[in-house]
Amino acid sequence: MTESVTTPKPIDPTESDGWNQFNTDRVQPIKRYALRNPSLIWGCGLVFFLMLFVGVGHVVWDTEQFRPLSTPTRLAPTLSHAIVKGGELTGEVKPFPFGTDTAGRDLLAVAILGTPLTLRIGIIAGFTSIILGTVAAFVAAYYRGWLDGAIRSVVDVGLAMPGLLILILVRINIGRELSVDEMGLALGLVGWVFPARTIRAQVLVMREQAYVELSRLSGTSGMGIIFKEMLPNLIPYITASLVGSVAGAILASIGLEAIGLGNFSTPTLGMTIFFNIQFSSITLGMWWWWLPPLVAIVIVFLGLFLISSGLDEWSNPRLRKRV
Amino acid sequence: MTEQTQAVENSSPSSGPSIIRIITGIFGHFLVKRFLFFLFVVWLASTVIFIIPRLSGQDPVKEKLLLEAQRGGAMQTGLDAMAKHYQKRFGLDQPIWIQYSNFLNDLAHLNLGVSIAFFPRTVNDIVFESLIWTLGLMGTVTLLAFVLGTLAGAILGWPRRPGWIQYVFMPLLTLAAIPQYLLAMILIFIFAFKLGWLPLFGGYAAGTLPELSFAFFIDVIKHAILPAFAILFSVVGFWAIGMRGMMINMQGEDYMIQADAKGLKGSRIFMRYAVRNALLPQVTGLALVLGTIVTGQVLVERVFSYPGIGDILFQAIRLSDFFVIRGIVIVIILGIAGATFLLDVLYPLLDPRIKVGKS
Repeated sequence: MTESVTTPKPIDPTESDGWNQFNTDRVQPIKRYALRNPSLIWGCGLVFFLMLFVGVGHVVWDTEQFRPLSTPTRLAPTLSHAIVKGGELTGEVKPFPFGTDTAGRDLLAVAILGTPLTLRIGIIAGFTSIILGTVAAFVAAYYRGWLDGAIRSVVDVGLAMPGLLILILVRINIGRELSVDEMGLALGLVGWVFPARTIRAQVLVMREQAYVELSRLSGTSGMGIIFKEMLPNLIPYITASLVGSVAGAILASIGLEAIGLGNFSTPTLGMTIFFNIQFSSITLGMWWWWLPPLVAIVIVFLGLFLISSGLDEWSNPRLRKRV
Repeated sequence: MTEQTQAVENSSPSSGPSIIRIITGIFGHFLVKRFLFFLFVVWLASTVIFIIPRLSGQDPVKEKLLLEAQRGGAMQTGLDAMAKHYQKRFGLDQPIWIQYSNFLNDLAHLNLGVSIAFFPRTVNDIVFESLIWTLGLMGTVTLLAFVLGTLAGAILGWPRRPGWIQYVFMPLLTLAAIPQYLLAMILIFIFAFKLGWLPLFGGYAAGTLPELSFAFFIDVIKHAILPAFAILFSVVGFWAIGMRGMMINMQGEDYMIQADAKGLKGSRIFMRYAVRNALLPQVTGLALVLGTIVTGQVLVERVFSYPGIGDILFQAIRLSDFFVIRGIVIVIILGIAGATFLLDVLYPLLDPRIKVGKS
């Protein structure tokens, strides 16, 4: 082992008291960067807000009411306990702040349960596709040769075939409903081609850079170069494409569910959208049915979009010039 | 191509090797390569489509017939004829490679099979009837979105734009983050349900039959406005974001500084120097997102019950009409592969740096 050659900073005993030191060393630069990159902060804030809603909801609300027939049907959102028909008090119920749908689901419970389920699909699919895509990209771009050719043609063909359509075919042939995790995995398995393509391009540029060349000349193995030199430098880019993949997978999952191939027993946001389209809630005037999943989805996408453009700015400093 | 073949003819008068060189020249040619790749994509996609049902070990035809028999609906009458038809049609008792070659042969003749749910009708009939609606809507919207979005992105990425533009366009860009079908729902609620300006759903007024008249044309346009805008908004944002990034990257380039130093007019630098160069990656981008646009549109059509392939696909899924679903998937993949091929062929015309004929 070689010893570190950097000379340690002279320690001033008055300054090095725990948090203050940490604050100036670590937190200050992050704070300063955050102020320069507001879209990252806004994006994280939006997603955090949604998670807060879900977390608090799980604690304070009875989420078992997501099941059909657990509440009176077609109640508009109300905080009062009374059911009034024709000016007369006909009964008393629990209040439903988000209202209920035609099948008697409590829409607040649906929103609380559905949001994390949809995010879960996205995260499983996002990680699956990024891991597969990154491995494929590094193998292709670093080792080149016939392997590169093979991976590239698979990717090109994959890009020409929309994953959603392949999933529709697979799902029809399986003949049963996919669980949330299975759907995430399936989306990840068809979604890796896009990150593979973009990351491969980045690796191709990177392997010609001087520091990679230097590392190769000094005898570092291929794996060593990939893991010690290239991967750390690509982390911001890979994170940005991870966020993109998560968003894409959520989009595809909601699409799959909206077209009637979702899991009818899980209250994901996409299934709520499906029921809305199916029972034409818009023409029924039941705005409280379609608005919450819509707002939740918009917050998720806006949040992910802002995070990914913030990360883009981080990984590609050229974008920092005048926005 | 002509240059190459000429060069080949001039250099080698002897016939033997020159034929080989012409053949390799043709196969090395950009267009031919691209076309072969197009065929490869179509072949691979159809093979995947052929394999998927065999892997799951289920027979969609049998399943469907069983389902209908259980329901005991109006379908009862056609069952025998249908079963016989499929036995003969697909030779299901034959070895798998014969089934495979039959399948490829059918595809090559663009024969997509026969619908299960609407038995005597062919899939070709059903799909191509709805394809007109989809292509009409999508063609207009994609073209419009490309032009508008590229222009918006170019202006946004231009340092000398007026300051207020940012505040007008930036909110529009965030629309790119919203899925098209959700935008569709919002538009329906506002413009069709609340304000009642435009029809709620469908491709033309219920009760009328498609005909070639001015009134019908107006009706179709009215029905197309909301679906078109639902797709337009989000796609415009996509183009604008890509173009803006390219324009920003363009700023430090030498030729931009030189154009500036020459004292060229701002508008000329903008159009001829910046936009002209930033446009190329946009065209490549079009090929990449075509699949997303198509699937997005399929869902928008579902939300609007627009009579395109999106609605047909939904109906087919509901009725588990496997051959219609398969037909739609094949048609979409063919369409995307074909469009990508076309874009690749057109690309050298836009970018003089790419020499056609060089491999």
